[in-house]
Amino acid sequence: APAFAEKFGLGRPALPEEIAAWNVDVAPDGTGLPEGSGSVEDGERLFSDNCAVCHGEFAEGVGNWPKLAGGEGTLDHEDPLKTVGSYWPYLSTAWDYVHRSMPFGGAQSLSVDEVYAITAYILYSNYLVEEDFVLSNENFLDVEMPNADGFIVDDREEAEAHFWNAEPCMEDCKDSVEITMRAAVLDVTPEEETDEVATEQEEITAAADTQEA
Amino acid sequence: MTDQSQPSTTRRGFIKAGLATGGAIAAGGAANAAEPDPLITEIQPWAQGLGDGVDAVPYGLPIEYEDDVIRRNVEWLTADTISSINFTPIHALDGTITPQGCAFERHHSGAIELRKQDYRLMINGLVDRPLIFTYEDLERFPRENRVYFCECAANSGMEWAGAQLNGAQFTHGMIHNMEYSGVPLRTLLEEAGVQTEGKWIYVEGADASSNGRSIPLEKAMDDVLVAFKANGEALRKEHGYPVRLVVPGWEGNLWVKWLRRIEVTPQAIQSREETSKYTDTLADGTSRKWTWEMDAKSVITSPSPQSPITHGPGPLVITGLAWSGRGAIERVDVTIDGGKTWQTARLAQPGQDKAISRFYLDIEWDGSEMFLQSRAVDSTGYVQPTKDQLREVRGLNSIYHNNGIQTWWVNGNGEAENVEIS
Repeated sequence: APAFAEKFGLGRPALPEEIAAWNVDVAPDGTGLPEGSGSVEDGERLFSDNCAVCHGEFAEGVGNWPKLAGGEGTLDHEDPLKTVGSYWPYLSTAWDYVHRSMPFGGAQSLSVDEVYAITAYILYSNYLVEEDFVLSNENFLDVEMPNADGFIVDDREEAEAHFWNAEPCMEDCKDSVEITMRAAVLDVTPEEETDEVATEQEEITAAADTQEA
Repeated sequence: MTDQSQPSTTRRGFIKAGLATGGAIAAGGAANAAEPDPLITEIQPWAQGLGDGVDAVPYGLPIEYEDDVIRRNVEWLTADTISSINFTPIHALDGTITPQGCAFERHHSGAIELRKQDYRLMINGLVDRPLIFTYEDLERFPRENRVYFCECAANSGMEWAGAQLNGAQFTHGMIHNMEYSGVPLRTLLEEAGVQTEGKWIYVEGADASSNGRSIPLEKAMDDVLVAFKANGEALRKEHGYPVRLVVPGWEGNLWVKWLRRIEVTPQAIQSREETSKYTDTLADGTSRKWTWEMDAKSVITSPSPQSPITHGPGPLVITGLAWSGRGAIERVDVTIDGGKTWQTARLAQPGQDKAISRFYLDIEWDGSEMFLQSRAVDSTGYVQPTKDQLREVRGLNSIYHNNGIQTWWVNGNGEAENVEIS
């Protein structure tokens, strides 16, 4: 049995105020959620002021910026649209992430009640609550996220067990080799010469449309 | 089906430059010179005059002739350059250690500047003694040195749907391999005293994105490092100065930079970076979560689209990189005919656990076209799959964890292109 770990006596005790300042994560069961509330109505105004320039007035996204709403039922499509409504399993993540890291460039500027309101508005934008809905720490876990059951724990060692095969084919492995796809045809690799960039812009834009940012 | 007879319609700028340089070298290196070489027969300025003094460059950069060995970004991949990615020039490097100055970056809210004096690390949650460490405290714990690769979960992600970016830097360059000096995370957790209800840790950075991730306590107590030096010197700002987490073999997103807090928790926090992102959607619409390990993978770095053959037929060094998040590289096989026949390449050094290996295959190139591929085998017996084998299990929408075999089509001129083959 391993010996008890030696202590070095380094560091100092963390004070309650310090832990409160940094320990703001929220778990799926609501652990860490502060007291507070916010309405869809307030959220709509806050979203318009703080979020819509990138995410759109209806959370539908602007340009290449993330879409926060829409995409219901697209996860098994060729080009799934993964949003808070269509993809995210837990509302805690939306609250936590907005509170800690949004708006982009002005993070940690929203009050607790403002985060509740914005989260309520994102739910409303995804048609998950009515327009008179008020989200609070008390009804937080009542909200049903559509894709809550959409995730499985990494199963590669079972589903991909056939890749563990240390005796791969070495000779006469196939009869013919045909090219099926070429990167030079798509031609979206950055060039060193700047004069070629302009002529490529259309193709780049076309490729970006098919790309998940 | 693409018409193979058509030559590449757009010649890459960097290939043009490469061929021009290579041509000159080839002429100078001819086996039998007709004329005496003036580089030998005439006294050159560098053999007569003086070079720079030792005080000219207190901290040096590469010589100007290597100014193409740099990070590059691909603008259309992301909405802006702040939450974005750039790429290590692996096509131009050799050995295994990545120079820090051109080692790739991935930020979610930019590369922040955090002085050692301002640095604080908190350990809280299910511990006997919540603690605060300064940077100086961390340097007083017993230290370890380890070499590990850090590969972005999205490395090669743009290639899920097919051959897209033309160069190993772009297809495989979200990776670096460094020698880290730091303190085992286990030591810090033991200093705080983990309580029996603690099953996970939640780690976050000091930047606005925070990049919070959950890691099982078992891994945290195993080989995770709290690192403050890389390749002998302090971490670069963009790599987490002054302190980052090193999570051997696991996806780069978990390697939290500017590490500020470690919380011992009874459960996974299921943060944004482990729900919305870094989850891998399968064809049926369900998604894998907690796909932490980076599976065995390899790529030929030369010849490759940015590193064409410029010397004509004859001896040719085929070289590349292989790595596995599950163990050490045991073997790399290389094919020049698109997988009909394979030869086992030579590893420059015996494979190291969760670190990059360099492989070489020295051939006599007859000048005919080649379909180059490499296939890594790791110490668990895992064999790097083809892209089609991966797609059979996962479909096209996984985004992350594409470790499929890469093909370079080398034509008779020595130019290489990223292709997929049957």
